[in-house]
Amino acid sequence: MKLRFLLPVAVFAILLPVFLFGLMRDPSELPSPLLNKAAPEFALPSVQDPSATVGSDDYAGQFALVNVWATWCVGCRHEHDFLLTLAEREAIPIYGLNWRDSREEAKKWLEQLGDPYVASAFDADGTVGIDWGVYGAPETFLIAPDGTVLHKHLSPLTEEVWQQDFLPRINAARGQ
Amino acid sequence: MRSFLPALLLMMFTPLAFAIDAGRAFDDPELQARYEEIISEVRCLQCQNESLKDSNAFLAVDLRREIRRLLSEGKTDAEVYEFLVQRYGEFALYRPRMSGRTIVLWLAPLLLLGVGAVVAFRVVRGRMALPIDDETDPETGSSAEGRATDRP
Repeated sequence: MKLRFLLPVAVFAILLPVFLFGLMRDPSELPSPLLNKAAPEFALPSVQDPSATVGSDDYAGQFALVNVWATWCVGCRHEHDFLLTLAEREAIPIYGLNWRDSREEAKKWLEQLGDPYVASAFDADGTVGIDWGVYGAPETFLIAPDGTVLHKHLSPLTEEVWQQDFLPRINAARGQ
Repeated sequence: MRSFLPALLLMMFTPLAFAIDAGRAFDDPELQARYEEIISEVRCLQCQNESLKDSNAFLAVDLRREIRRLLSEGKTDAEVYEFLVQRYGEFALYRPRMSGRTIVLWLAPLLLLGVGAVVAFRVVRGRMALPIDDETDPETGSSAEGRATDRP
């Protein structure tokens, strides 16, 4: 009973890491309920050619990135050079989901800055975006050959993020 | 000066100019009521402190359109919420549903209330056992002197 005065100290010691953890987290980053589930299927007209279709069938059976982008999105501009590097390295096929954008602007963007995408789907009214739980851009999904979502990244993609969050997951999925 | 009053009156109505979703979504008043109920219960993910009803972010516009579509297809409220949770997670709902994953959220306040009640009960009972007179308690050796002032 002599140690009773330690009780508040103990409670504080328990709460401290909880609050610290809460402070370190970015509340705008939401875990995706799609993780480790089948990615939603989609088929949309391509950005470049309205008569061509881009969809989930295109990358079935291989590892792929689905990158949500738009010309109004500053973060997309930031990650664009790295996406080009990834495409150059032929590290992984990248499919674009052009979200809530204008086709003309999007085409201009790809012409001027370079096109890292195997193909970009044109989601003008955001319907496919909603199916994928997209709530901002850029967002990048890592899709396994069997179509499950291995990872979702919520800010611009960088070499560091690629090495830390994407490659290990690809290797782990390969090893299974 | 004469134009001042009308200008002031007009300024009072500026909030109306920012009204979102002017006009009704459904002719059926019952459906309209359900629609309004749902959009005030769902968080706009793009601007997290606003509900879909209060937000003009385009994601909110898109989600309201999807909810209108689901309701006009005859989906129940539960099905609409399920649609949103499957895509955006429980966080999208201002009042998360009771489930295995959210049970802590729902039970924590009750649990804390219980802990508080136990602590309060023990403290009060401990105080009741203290001597009321000013003399030194022979058992504990402590004096009630400091507390004597608030007693007659």
